[in-house]
Amino acid sequence: MVEHGDIRVVHRGGSKINFREPVITHDSRYLLCASGECVKVFSTSTEECIHDLRGHTGLVTGVLLKPSNHLQVYSCSADGTVRLWDYTDGILIKTYVIGCPVYSICASANHEGVIFIVTPMLSDKRSDLFQLVAVDLPQSGDQLVEARELSAVLSDVSSNPAAIVFGRGGEYIASANGLHLEVYFFKKQKSYRFSLKEDNKKGGKNTVTCVACHPKDDCIATGHEDGKIRLWRNFNHKKEYTYSTLHWHHSAVSSLCFTPEGTNLLSGGMESVLVQWRYNQESERDFLPRLGSAITHITVSPDGALFCTSHSDNKITIIQSCVKVSAVIQGLVKGESVRTDMMVDPRSKSLVLNGKPGHLQFYSLPRDKLLYNLDIVQQEYIHESGLEQFEVVKAAFDASGSWLATVEERKQKDAELELNLKLWAFDEQTQSFVLNTTISAPHEARITAMCFCHATDSQTTMLVSTSKDGHFKAWQLVSDRALYRKAEFGPSWSCDFVGAYHGLVPECCCFSADGSLLAVSFQEVVTVWSPASWELLTTLSQPPKAVRDLCFGRLSCSKYLLGTTANNLLCCWNLLTCSLEWSTSMDISLLLADPLTENMAAFCCQAGSTDLFVFKPSEPRPVFSQKAVCSGKVTRAVFAPREEMLESCEESSQWLNHSQLYFLTPYMDLMTFTTKAEEDRLMASSKQLVIDDSVAMTPFYLLLGKHRQQEDADPLSGLSAERRPLPQCSVAIKELLQTPAHVLPSTSFLCSMFVQSLLISVTNGRSVETKHVEEEMESEKEEEDSEGEMESSTQRPEQASLGGQAAPALTKAQLRELKRVKKLDHSWFPGLLHS
Amino acid sequence: MASFKPTKVQVYPKLGEKVTQDTLYWKNYKAPVQIKEFGAITNIDFSPVAPHNFAVTAFTRIHIYGPFSQEPVKTFTRFKDTAYCGRFRSDGQLLVAGCEDSVVRLFDVSGKVALRMFKGHTKAVHITDFTSDRYQILTGSDDYTCRLWDIPNATELNTYQEHTDYIRCGVTSKLNRDLFITGSYDHTLKLFDARADKSVMTMDHGQPVESLLLYPSEGLLVSAGGRHVKVWDLLKGGQPLVSLKNHHKTVTCLCLSSSGHRLLSASLDRHVKVYNTTNYKVVHNFDYAASILSLALAPDDESIVVGMTNSILSIKHRKSLDESKEISGQQRRQPSYRVFVKGKNYVPKQDDYLVSKPVKQHLAKYDKQLKKFNVSKALDTALETWTRLRKPEITVAVIKELDRRGTLKNALAGRDEQGLARLLNFLIGNVVDPRFAPVLVTAAEMILDIYQSVIGQSSVVDRQLLRLQELLEREIDYQQDLLEVLGMLDTMFASSLPRKEVPSLDFFNVSVSYDIIDSLLTCQPWSNGKM
Repeated sequence: MVEHGDIRVVHRGGSKINFREPVITHDSRYLLCASGECVKVFSTSTEECIHDLRGHTGLVTGVLLKPSNHLQVYSCSADGTVRLWDYTDGILIKTYVIGCPVYSICASANHEGVIFIVTPMLSDKRSDLFQLVAVDLPQSGDQLVEARELSAVLSDVSSNPAAIVFGRGGEYIASANGLHLEVYFFKKQKSYRFSLKEDNKKGGKNTVTCVACHPKDDCIATGHEDGKIRLWRNFNHKKEYTYSTLHWHHSAVSSLCFTPEGTNLLSGGMESVLVQWRYNQESERDFLPRLGSAITHITVSPDGALFCTSHSDNKITIIQSCVKVSAVIQGLVKGESVRTDMMVDPRSKSLVLNGKPGHLQFYSLPRDKLLYNLDIVQQEYIHESGLEQFEVVKAAFDASGSWLATVEERKQKDAELELNLKLWAFDEQTQSFVLNTTISAPHEARITAMCFCHATDSQTTMLVSTSKDGHFKAWQLVSDRALYRKAEFGPSWSCDFVGAYHGLVPECCCFSADGSLLAVSFQEVVTVWSPASWELLTTLSQPPKAVRDLCFGRLSCSKYLLGTTANNLLCCWNLLTCSLEWSTSMDISLLLADPLTENMAAFCCQAGSTDLFVFKPSEPRPVFSQKAVCSGKVTRAVFAPREEMLESCEESSQWLNHSQLYFLTPYMDLMTFTTKAEEDRLMASSKQLVIDDSVAMTPFYLLLGKHRQQEDADPLSGLSAERRPLPQCSVAIKELLQTPAHVLPSTSFLCSMFVQSLLISVTNGRSVETKHVEEEMESEKEEEDSEGEMESSTQRPEQASLGGQAAPALTKAQLRELKRVKKLDHSWFPGLLHS
Repeated sequence: MASFKPTKVQVYPKLGEKVTQDTLYWKNYKAPVQIKEFGAITNIDFSPVAPHNFAVTAFTRIHIYGPFSQEPVKTFTRFKDTAYCGRFRSDGQLLVAGCEDSVVRLFDVSGKVALRMFKGHTKAVHITDFTSDRYQILTGSDDYTCRLWDIPNATELNTYQEHTDYIRCGVTSKLNRDLFITGSYDHTLKLFDARADKSVMTMDHGQPVESLLLYPSEGLLVSAGGRHVKVWDLLKGGQPLVSLKNHHKTVTCLCLSSSGHRLLSASLDRHVKVYNTTNYKVVHNFDYAASILSLALAPDDESIVVGMTNSILSIKHRKSLDESKEISGQQRRQPSYRVFVKGKNYVPKQDDYLVSKPVKQHLAKYDKQLKKFNVSKALDTALETWTRLRKPEITVAVIKELDRRGTLKNALAGRDEQGLARLLNFLIGNVVDPRFAPVLVTAAEMILDIYQSVIGQSSVVDRQLLRLQELLEREIDYQQDLLEVLGMLDTMFASSLPRKEVPSLDFFNVSVSYDIIDSLLTCQPWSNGKM
């Protein structure tokens, strides 16, 4: 087996942004949230991700603004560190090493230089007991600081960050765990503990789920499992405490938050309704209903103007003072599982899979952003646990992306299965899918597989669905006018053929690339049909176990049909001879074909991790193989066609040229395979994308931007080895831009300096002046030179750089380009001067 | 903040009439032109020559209408009493009419005064007609006689006194100048030959004969009397061919379409039925406002003219090709009233700041309640009489939605006798409908669970429960019968299909046969019942 160093598995977006509560900065312009192993900085107005604060090696478990400096932010992680960042520039300032996993973080302005973190009890690590620890952050100039001065404040706390909160001005800290509420007063160094009974008389559960403290008043609000909110007062006495109860939520309150002035209390839960209670007038409340899905966290900006709610469908909603949703930051929605296959929309090239309940999400892969959700079920979603709702279980696109078929089902315990097959037509005008046909109860039992005929030149569009009721049905688009009473009905879908084979249950189906063959597997038998005449052409079988996956070969391998069986066999049948060509024993969890090449990808599950093999059916050796791609079983993957072909010549990475392979790990992370060169390019482009929006769009800025782009383009064009963007030049420009105009020397004086600074990107000995003189001659010579060198170094700049050669020819080309730029500048600059 | 998604009401395909060529042909008429006459319209006759005017006999007048005029182009008023049976001669020049005063009058179409008056009958003359040689007139009268008259001399040629009751219909042969047929209230049809003194053929219709019609080939005779329309084969000596009984009142008039492939019959039951003359099945049906006494089709079926007892003449003209297209285009257009347009067609000027108003979402009553989670009220609104009776699918959709929300039990519970009776009434009406059965069965089970403790307290509810039980038992029997039929069909198909030689292809036949049975079952409205 060949191992390839330059192809890597890369995490490609789609991470969770609702894991911990987000933080809004003091100027309300940014929103920070923990997302996997990094902290993401979003703009609250444009919803764009501005920075990724990367550095943690474990899951980030908390984000907190530094109380003494509003421009810095703490983040804690399960890797045992707390890091301090400057979020405006995305710079790591300091790393404090704690030494044990940190589960949440809190701090107060009252406690300078101390942060409070939740760590597991140090005594034994396997237990589920946590303690609240105060950490004195050492004042030192080093980047990496060991913070070992831990002092336990409270033991037996909850690891849930919503359960620990600072009280008025940081005088006390309230922590809830299970049925207990504990309040620790820092001045008295004393803690009070209040307990509730497990169940009250009416059967409500009293477990505390979240805590909030009033910012101005001595009042603690606790949310409970049964939907009640209790307001605790007078808790600095052991016995004489009081509480009042508010009840609106019907299921657990998941988050509570007071507004900064303490006038309102916000609560949210499963119902996906944001409830705003007036403090001291609790009978009055405002609602913001239908926020999409269950609220997990609520935060309020320090000035109280913005609320923001995290939702269970990986979404953050920004709300302007409880009336209007102003922005929605939506990550890749992850339900409990992806029941539809991952697909690629042939039109938008976006990834399509289950989104929020009853929806399909269209997720742009290059931008790592949700494009839109398509409402499939079109029913009001009832936010209540334990309710069986319609779920989209199957979806398929036709080859051109003009038709989408979806299957939704709902199974109640004792009722019959409800199935709907819906066909959606793409509407050019609205650029989205419009429901064309609904077929209720297309089959009598669950639909096991569904596929479109992918032949591009066929006259009719055909869809085949197989079901547990032992039939497979072919659906066809009928545009016969005579069938319709009125002409305004367009073409719609109807059943064309019902097929069965010995009463066996069909499991999967697959059309050949040209649409002339349909393979349907009935347990251990594969039947091959002709869709034109609905004749059974042949049967292929590989006893004793059922066939799990079917796939036709493409292009030169179109005579092969591949299948995997339940007893860990990968079989390849030759359709010309109707016999088994080869078979091999491997436990394949997923087999899929690249739509653009002959390649097939097989994910094998072996010893708890997944291996990937990419192969051609006609060749005995795999094109590519990688062991232990990820832990666990990969069941969802897709080949996404690239927009522009990758020109990689290395044999091992050629399979990535046409399309990219994405897969979902069991933990619902979206991963992909990339080559090193591509990764570098992506990194470069992502850096370039970072636009500091504080700089106004002036001609200077544009010039600077152009200059920067050139700098960024340099490594790609092969200068990476010896590139040195002279520090002087950038300094000169910066000076020019930043110094106030009245202290600058005259512009005519600056001009030449400025132009020079633009020119001196040449690194070899020749000076600019000589160049100027010899320009005419030089250019001729250069042409000869470059022709001569053409043979030694190939035309592709990437390859030159890979080969590690110095590339003088390219530098010359670069120079010529620069001269052209310089000429342009000259013409532009005097104009500016005179104006 | 997403908006509330309204309850989805399933659209079920209508099991209505099938669209055939006939319905398309016969529906392609414009809205009728209605003209009020002076009395019941007893006869309508089209002139055989262009422009195909038609004579309408009503009370003491005969009006002649042009093909498109709504005013009579000519009126004959010189009748002393009620006029009957104004008919054109084959050249369209002369018109003959009988009268209650037993005088038969002959008019020139362009003149006003009667050219000839034939006196001889002693009672009202209900039937007059020209023979095919154009020089003789046939008349039939309530004095049981029919006579032949010579037009030039205005003399009576012959009298036939064979009928024993009023003669109310008669027709002359268009091919033979000597043959004519009369029908009488004595239930008989008699074929006479002017060359013979007696009738040559007698047929018994069984009811008083109201109308007669000869096919263009004159081999077949159609008679209408009572509720029956009968077809006789004259060439086989008057053998009855078909007897049609599609009206539920006396059939008064018969007519043949221009192509001769469709037969029309009009009746006092206010319907006009169109039959296919090859299989004598009803292919189309027209409804009118009152009992129909007379019916005529213009040549080429350009218009259908119907005269009714309420003295209204209804004329339907055929749509021209482009008209029929235009109309369908108009139907698609939305209503555009000024009130709806008010303020909306204002074009904002360049510097105007547009304040957009949020579009108000219109919700049905039950949706409004569902939005507020008022489940009982939602069910109540969905059970309102009009919805329950006219649009049961809405009620069922709401019940389904409540079931999906898991609150159906709450919505069904806590009803008084009247509410429960209404609910049970709806169940009885719809539970066996295969479209609604899956939803309503769960609801019915829940109702039984909830209200089993109060059974026996109200006679109304108990009676309804008994009815429901009876209904379900009947349905179960019915389903069993259907399954038996299905089994029989299965064996029949299995045995009738030829066995193919290759054994591996056998199952294919079976799968095809299943397909056929499936398609058969879809024709049966009950096939999916899950009871």
